[in-house]
This record gives sequence, structure tokens and C-alpha cells, in this order.
Amino acid sequence: MSTPIQMMPPAAPKKPPAPVQKEDAMWLQKEMINRNYHELGVAHDQGRKICATFVPGNLNELVMCFDMARSLPETNALQNGMRKKSGKFIMDAERDGHSEDVCTYVKSDLGMLLNGAIGPTGEPLPAPDLLLLSYTGCFTFMKWFELVRQKYGCETVMLHVPYQGDGRVSKAMRDYVLKQITREVIPALERVSGVKFDIDRLRQYMRESVKAEEDLVRVLQSAKNRPSPIDGYFGAVYYIGPMFTAFRGAPEATQFYSVLRQEIDERVRQGKGPITPDGELTEEKYRLVVEGPPNWTSFRDFWKMFYDEGAVVVASTYAKVGGVYDFGFRHDPDHPLESLAEYCLGCYTNLNFPQRVDMICRYIEDYQADGLLINSIKSCNSFSAGQLLILREVEKRTGKPAAFVESDLVDPRYFSAANIKNRLESYLQMIKQKRAAAAVH
Amino acid sequence: MNASSIHPAGQGGALQEIVRRCEALYEDLHFESVKRWKAAAPGRKAIGYMPVYVPCEIIHAAGMLPVGILGGGDQLEVIQGDAYYQSYICRIPRSTLELGLTGRLDCLDGMLFPSICDVIRNLSGMWQMMFKDKYVKYVDVPQNYRDDVGGDFYIHEMQVLREDLGALAGRPITDEALRASIAVYNENRRAVRELYAYRAAKPWQAPTSEVYLVLRAGMVLPPEEHTALVRAYIAAADALERPKRDNARVVVTGSFCEQPPLGLIKSIEMAGCYVVDDDYMLVLRWLLDDVPVTGEPLAELSKAFLHRSASTASKYDDKREDKGKFLLQQVKKSGAEGVIFAAASFCDPALLERPMLLDVLSAHKIPHTNFKYAENTGQMAPIREQTGTFADSIKLWSAA
Repeated sequence: MSTPIQMMPPAAPKKPPAPVQKEDAMWLQKEMINRNYHELGVAHDQGRKICATFVPGNLNELVMCFDMARSLPETNALQNGMRKKSGKFIMDAERDGHSEDVCTYVKSDLGMLLNGAIGPTGEPLPAPDLLLLSYTGCFTFMKWFELVRQKYGCETVMLHVPYQGDGRVSKAMRDYVLKQITREVIPALERVSGVKFDIDRLRQYMRESVKAEEDLVRVLQSAKNRPSPIDGYFGAVYYIGPMFTAFRGAPEATQFYSVLRQEIDERVRQGKGPITPDGELTEEKYRLVVEGPPNWTSFRDFWKMFYDEGAVVVASTYAKVGGVYDFGFRHDPDHPLESLAEYCLGCYTNLNFPQRVDMICRYIEDYQADGLLINSIKSCNSFSAGQLLILREVEKRTGKPAAFVESDLVDPRYFSAANIKNRLESYLQMIKQKRAAAAVH
Repeated sequence: MNASSIHPAGQGGALQEIVRRCEALYEDLHFESVKRWKAAAPGRKAIGYMPVYVPCEIIHAAGMLPVGILGGGDQLEVIQGDAYYQSYICRIPRSTLELGLTGRLDCLDGMLFPSICDVIRNLSGMWQMMFKDKYVKYVDVPQNYRDDVGGDFYIHEMQVLREDLGALAGRPITDEALRASIAVYNENRRAVRELYAYRAAKPWQAPTSEVYLVLRAGMVLPPEEHTALVRAYIAAADALERPKRDNARVVVTGSFCEQPPLGLIKSIEMAGCYVVDDDYMLVLRWLLDDVPVTGEPLAELSKAFLHRSASTASKYDDKREDKGKFLLQQVKKSGAEGVIFAAASFCDPALLERPMLLDVLSAHKIPHTNFKYAENTGQMAPIREQTGTFADSIKLWSAA
């Protein structure tokens, strides 16, 4: 792609704006994330308040209405994981009394605070002024912000999002979330920021969200092509970055997704495969669906195991953790608060088990995948508890083979490259043999 | 203290009889008492529920037996259940699945999964897929404590459960039936509060290894019968003089879901501790006072939950200063000298809560120690040593 992306004011560019190449989506999202860290670092100096919140159930458009800088602790943890900082943070947190059994995102975050709250980019991360506990699909979030609150003492507002235990969103669930947004969350945001809520401003951000969501879905669904022009797991991590973090609703996110979409459309036209850290994948041998978050500390090594074998992930559940858009949901500028409630209720880990199995089976069919790989994350019970049943059920329903590997989010002690590589290679071998057997018959 | 002093031979026949009965119920992993209850009248149904809390009044009002399912303990060999879980998941879901897959829970007509953690939450969906002929419900409780927000939602959740169970029973659950059940459970909670008060006052008379069994009986017996049993136990325990020891008075906390094996509870006592409060089977003590039997029953249950209920790690603390408040009250009310934080391995809520609670205890200069267990923990020596050292240190500090 030749069109350069004009980013919003590049506060502290580390590189001159680069023309967007296909692989530049990764660079661009990194630039956006880095710039957000800089904005957080200078927020208090500039008189801005900081709101910390989580990826699933992220009310970004709403928070932007109050001119607040947005900090996402999961992103902090994963960025520290990718930059090889999380291992020390986790051990420091464990030395400080946190159990070795619990989520390493939490411990990485708390360890970072113990080490002076210097963010992944080396800039200080000031204490948030408000913890917006949008508690979607994971109980650990609740404890996480209780722990941070214990340390900072800052104001906390809870948004309890009920679970889709019966596999649907009822009116009562929607009303409950909506009431919390209007009666608890917005008053807290107004109080802390000193900015009065303006619903028209929210509508405007949502108009931007819809455009970006359309483009993101188009990009993710491009993997239905053969060959897939993207990797729907490792590559998708870069594509979902702006949408799932501090940018959904911002014009720069819309612009990012527009450019990304054009780039991917062009790859489809040219029949090209995905870009990997080692260049374009020229031969797509296996098409996989992946369930579970990636490992961040050895992200590149993990990805390499796939592309070295010609394996492309065509769809992943992790790419839906901050919002499931590919089955039709869009934020609605005409009903902005209602659609925020709907969005929170629909995030992937808020779906019940039968829904998760249905979704994976549908992906296998729609994306013509060869099978399912589950990356089971020690830290993440929300994803992991019961995944072995998902594996059996998906195999039973689709007739496609499934495999299971284990790692962790940001704890380098739980990434065993040799074990994972062995299992992956055996799994791909099995797919190959099945294909050969099918061809014979 | 040793095991024989808990059941002194030749004395307290009534007491021994009660404890023996409770022990038999505790050890019965085939739920024969539930089967007997169902067989006693045609059409009877039983509904299982997991920790920490469900509004049992609704099940009772449907004419059904609420049955607390607390895992398989240390007597169940888990084979099939292990095939569904990675090594880093706690034991209660795997042993519960084992109970289900081996037919031991066939006597239940449904299962309720309260919103306690991600593991139990996911288990609700697994149950839907694996036991398709059973009623399965995830019971969400509000983490917002305003009557007009969390209350409205919770009332609706209870109403859905009410309608579902009414359909299962073949007749709607009336307000009158609900009020009558609330009265039954008020009485049960009163009896349990009396038992806890008695134990706190005279822990040598009511050792926790017995009190625990009496509470466990409440997981399978109808509440009316359990209430009578609790009161009979108090009377029988009070009638038998037991030696008072110079033990440390402790609160045990963190054990609200997966239960420690009975041997562990005995070990704590044998190591020189009197447990004067705990968080075992909180469902029996979740609502802290009587629920009014007048008014709209679900609204009253909701108000009790929102404003007058126990605190535990799976429940959000609205304010920073609320953290540890309930535990501090437990310590103060029971006259405890220290706290043992005993959590199941891989129990996310408890272990994430632990540093916050320990900070609060330290700030209030309340001695504490902590360890982890599993429901099938077999090695008690390290726990006994740790707890014994803790008890000794309390006594030494007290002497100083």
C-alpha cells in the first residue's frame, strides 16, 4: 500500500512517519499505543484526568466524552510481556505476597507499580484518577481493581455486566447495565473529570466507531479467502489493538481501519498470503481456528512455529475479546447508551459455553479451517476452565481434529517452546494424514 | 487435643449420635438421604447448588429439596473429572463433574451455579452441555447494591428462577409459599447463629470438627430438620462437660468454596487452635438477620442480599474502606486472637483477596497466617506445624 496514514498529532514520534506497507499495520498500531502512553505520562501536567479501564466492556467513546486519558492495565501487562519486562514484575509481586496461582496480568501490573509505575515505553504511568471497573466476562477484573484501589486509593466505579448464562441477553440484563451507566458511571466520570456529559458528543464518537467496526470486520473476514491475506490470531492482535483499547470512536482509529482495509483488499486482489515477521507467507498449507489468548512473552517465537509450517490462523476467539462484531453488532449512534450496554454484554468471554462452541464450529465452517487449536492460558480461567470440553465438542460436531497447547499470558516461566512446537507439529502432521486418507477414499 | 477427646467414649450418647449421623451424611457421596427424601412422596424433586449463595427459599417454596454440592472431598477418586481440566484449575469443579459423570447426582433434577468465579461460571455451561436432561441455571447476583439498580436486576433473576422451578414443579410458586419458606430459613439461620455464638463462647464444648459436620448436614437435609438438628446439637454439646484448653482463638477465612478435608479442620484444632468463626458453608449464614415475612418476598430477599449479607471474595466491596470490614467484625465479635487464611489452591477470588485482607489485619495488629489446601489434601503435618507455631506465637504475644 502506498497511501501514508496521517496520524493525529504525533506527540513524540520515534520514527518519521513511514509510508504504509502491508506490514506497517503493526508499526502503526504500535505508534498509536506508544502515543497513548505518552499522553498518559503528560496527562496530569496538562490538567487531564486519567481513567483506567479494561478491554472487554471498554466504554472508550463514553470516557472520551470527558476528555480523560485512557489507561488499560491489560495492555500495560501485555506490552511489558512483549518487551520482556513482565517476568521480573511478576516475581516482585509474588515476593510482595501475591499467590503464584493467580492471573499474571494482575501480578505484572502490580509488579510494575512496585517498580515505580514506569510504563512499557519507559515513561511514567501516573496514578489513575478513576478506576472504571467494567467487569465483563472475568471475575479477576473485579479483584484486580480492588487491589489497585487498595494501593492508590482512587475513586472506583463498578459496571457489573451480567453473564449470558442462558445464552442470551435479556431485557433485564440490558436495563441493569444501562442503569449502571446512567446512574453510576456517568455521574462518576462527570465528578472526577469536571466535564458535563454531552450525549451528542457520544453519538459523534459512535459514528466513527461504526465505520471502524465495519472495516475491522471486513479485514477479519478477509481470511475466508484462499489464501488468507491475514493471520487472524497473531496478525489480528495488531488489527484489534486500536479498536480494543484507547482509540475506538476516535477519528484516527477510523482512518487506521480504512487504510488497513484498503491494504487487505489489495492483498486479496493479488491473491497474497499474510505478512509475518519474516515476510510474506507464500504457501498456505494449513488453515486453523485458535481459541484462547496468545502468549506475549514469546509472541514472535510462537507465531514462527506456525508460519514455518505454513499454518495460518484464519479465525480466533481472542480477536473477539474486546467485542464481537462479526455477527452483526455495531455501536448505534441513535441509541448510544443502549448500544454500550449491548456491546458489554456481547463480548466473547461473556458468552456461555454452548455459545462459545457454536461460534468456534461456525468459524471452522465459514473459514474452511482444517481444525481447532486451543492455546490454554494458565492465568485466564475465564477462557481456560472447561476448554477441554470445547475441544471434544468441536471435534464431535465438525469432524475436524483439535489440539491443545498450554502457555501463559505474560509469565515467561510458563512458555515451553519445545513442548508447544512438538505438539503443533504433531497436530499438523495429523491434519496432513487425515487429508491423505480422505484423498484415498 | 486429640481425636478421642472430641468423642469421649461412654459420655454424651446423644451428642455422639448426632455427630455420627452428620458424619454419615457428610461421607455419603451417593446422596442416599436425598434419594430417601424424594422417595418419601411422589413427585418430589431436588435441586443442587454450588457455593457460595443461592436463595434456597425459592427452591423450598417450590416444594423441592435444596442440596448443597460442595465437591467430592478427600474420599472421591477423581478420574473422569480430571479429563476436563488443566492442572492449574482448582479441584471442586473436577470432583463435582466426577459426581455427575458417575451418576451420583442423578437424584438431582437441576443444578444452580452461583456467580462466584470464572471456573464455576464456566461449569454452568459445561453442565448444560453434558447433562442435557437436567435443569441448569447460572445464578447471577448483583455487584451493584442500589435497590433501584442491582436490586431490580436481582429481583428479576429470582423471578426467572421462581418461574422455572414453578414450571418444573408443575405449579406456580405463590407469594404465600415464599413467605412461609422465608420463615423456615429465618429460623434455620437463627439456629446457625446460635450455634456460632455458642461455639464462640465455649469453643471447647463445640469443636469445629463437629460444628462443621452439623453445618454440612444442612446441605442435604430439609431446613426444618436441620434447624432441629442444630439445636439438638447445641443442647447435647452443652450437656457434656469437656476440658477447656489454653488454645488460641482463631477465625478461619478463605474457605468459602472448595472445602478443606475434615482432617484439616481437625488438624487446626489439634495444633492448639479454637476456631471461633469461619466462612464454611456461607449459604447458611449469608443473610445476616431475619428477612421480613411481610411485604413482597423477592423484594425482601433482595434487600437482605444487598444490605444485610455476609462479605466474601466473590462479592465486590463498594468502597476501599469496606475491604476486610466483615472479617474484622468476625474477629471482634468472636473474640478471636488471630486469623488463619486457608484458601483452596488455584482459588482466584480467595487468593486475589488474600493480600488485601492480610494488609487490613496487619494494620489492625491482628496476627495472621496463611496456607493453601485442596479438598483432597492428605498431608496434614506441615499444616499442623504451621498452625501450631501460629497458636504458640499468639499465646506468647498474649503472655507478653
